[in-house]
Amino acid sequence: MTLQFNDETFRDDYTFKNSQRAIDRFPFPFHEDSYMYSVNMEQHRGGPKDSIYEMRFDVDEHYVAEMRDRALVLADDPLRCQSLPHMTLAGWDLLEVIMVSKSEDYPDLFELHRDGDTWRWVNKPLGIDDTFTFMDETTLPYGPLEYITRQAQGDFCVLDQREENLWMDAGMITTQADWSLDFDLGMNFFEWHAPVPLAHEKGIFTRALKFLLSIQQGAPARRLNWTMTVNPLLDTSPENYHKWGIQKTSVTPENIGTKQHLRVELQSFFRLPRSNALVFPIRCYLCSFDDLMTKAKWGRRLHRVIRDLPDELATYKGFIDNRQMMLDYLSKFDDGLPTSDGVFANEDTEPALKV
Amino acid sequence: MSTAPQKAKSGAEKLDVKVTAVVPLNELVTRFEFQRRDGELFPPFSGGAHTVVQMVDGDRTRLNPYSLMSDPADRSRYAISVRRDDEGRGGSLFMHRNVKVGDEMVVTYPVNLFSLDLRAKKHLFFAGGIGITPFMAMISQLERTNGNWELHYACRSKALGSYVDELTYKYPNKVHIYYDDQKQAMDLKQLLEGQPLGTNAYVCGPKGMIKWVHATASAAGWPDANVLSEEFMAPEPGAPFEVRLCQSDKTITVGENESLLEAIERAGVDAPYLCRGGSCGQCETDVISADGEFVHRDHWLDDVEHASGKKIMPCVSRFIGKSLELDR
Repeated sequence: MTLQFNDETFRDDYTFKNSQRAIDRFPFPFHEDSYMYSVNMEQHRGGPKDSIYEMRFDVDEHYVAEMRDRALVLADDPLRCQSLPHMTLAGWDLLEVIMVSKSEDYPDLFELHRDGDTWRWVNKPLGIDDTFTFMDETTLPYGPLEYITRQAQGDFCVLDQREENLWMDAGMITTQADWSLDFDLGMNFFEWHAPVPLAHEKGIFTRALKFLLSIQQGAPARRLNWTMTVNPLLDTSPENYHKWGIQKTSVTPENIGTKQHLRVELQSFFRLPRSNALVFPIRCYLCSFDDLMTKAKWGRRLHRVIRDLPDELATYKGFIDNRQMMLDYLSKFDDGLPTSDGVFANEDTEPALKV
Repeated sequence: MSTAPQKAKSGAEKLDVKVTAVVPLNELVTRFEFQRRDGELFPPFSGGAHTVVQMVDGDRTRLNPYSLMSDPADRSRYAISVRRDDEGRGGSLFMHRNVKVGDEMVVTYPVNLFSLDLRAKKHLFFAGGIGITPFMAMISQLERTNGNWELHYACRSKALGSYVDELTYKYPNKVHIYYDDQKQAMDLKQLLEGQPLGTNAYVCGPKGMIKWVHATASAAGWPDANVLSEEFMAPEPGAPFEVRLCQSDKTITVGENESLLEAIERAGVDAPYLCRGGSCGQCETDVISADGEFVHRDHWLDDVEHASGKKIMPCVSRFIGKSLELDR
């Protein structure tokens, strides 16, 4: 399939939009009519054809525009990409795994030619054709982590593994749901998750850490997470909260369908072979309420999930103030009919909305 | 989450290999080298990683972990060195007696439970006997990145000093050899005292040596986190015992020369595992009821858990008594 890349923005005039294909493959995160934390991991090895689960690193119509947005964020704030000195090897690991995966999964878009340590990397969508020496930083314009993640959608946390724990010792974080790499750098798994409500009490993090520590080479894992974002804004960072936080007050009953977006993260986990570090890519997908409501099942279910969500979670996810307005909108798409199990919209079998 | 969450099979991913070299190093140790059968390169790995080698020994399948000791930068082959254990349960004997060049075998992807701490300004290695193997890969890795390291290696005798010649030839200023039969001993206390700040120590060898290094370093004021060790424990033989597997609704008998984990697998029950040596925690199993005494040998559970009788690590631990019921 030849991808058409959108010319669009994630700021100012917000021209971001999803094509029909992008809506069809949107990773709707709720497999039932309610939501609570769980260690909802599964293996990350493929999935239904053309779904976002199919490839190791999904490339979609937003690729070029997202990379342009990342460059703008970095120009304003270079600390969004950091790597402690001992994480350079993990950076090369990540560069290798992304280049190998993308050139194998999207041979029409990316090429990797290796002759010993002399590597040639061709990225057609971004117009890059670079030859460099693997493991020699001086032959790249940036460190290996920054070089490759300026060419890969989603955020990347690179975690060192020591003392039966994971440490946030490197990353490229520009499309985050309100957390800061500069703040979390050097923290361990429990420290950077400290602000999350309810999950600690449920023992979620102890179990999740145990799972992550045992992720092995050749057997990556994945899960989904979600939140809400007003306007299709990738950079919802604490550093820029003064710019985007106020936008939450711009939602009205008239514009909520286009302004309010469900933000879903495909989180995956790969053991990095040369450093024994773990990389945690967090890929963000946005979909407006109006677009979501074109799927009858998603309309019914989203209403029920948002309605029944504990207040702590609605507060933590930052939409408690707009929850009633969301429910007023969403309730029009919930006729009370039952929904089928699983995340997929099942348009052929799910009944249409009763008007 | 997606349509059909796949259940992971136990153990790490597998690689089909053929044996390309069998090199006896001395009376006890032989190196085995593998290439992939599909002609592809091996996955890269990090120094300290091990692979689990599957041995088809008649109607019995043995799974033994061995440290990868080849250069991690060389993706054309994996190599392990196996010390023959005449008193053991037979895995190493099988490797020595039965495995020939050209044989087809299955090994797992690398798993690293003994990783370098890359923050260290200096890596100080203590090896005893066959414990040299993970350091062979670590040294190759550090040489490639100009890492600062030093090796202290105790062997029984010159004749049994695997890789001593190679190491002293390549790195004459970094390698220090101690022969037991010549009464050469490490002055550990002094060695540990003289190290620069930011040094990490690593020890791999017999249990006594590991304890000695930990205790001496601790007494010299080293933080525990700066002293890393790996002891591969083989399961020990023991009296046969009967176990009820409640989830699977099966009753099995663990034979004298097999581990509880192996007996579970032999009964066709897929049980999680990685290291098969009592350290990774993957095979941790809940005890439903027990009338008897546990023989815990793992490094995973703490003393309180061992005493509780609620958990067992079936890869290395056994049971003596009337009845044991497991949640498996």
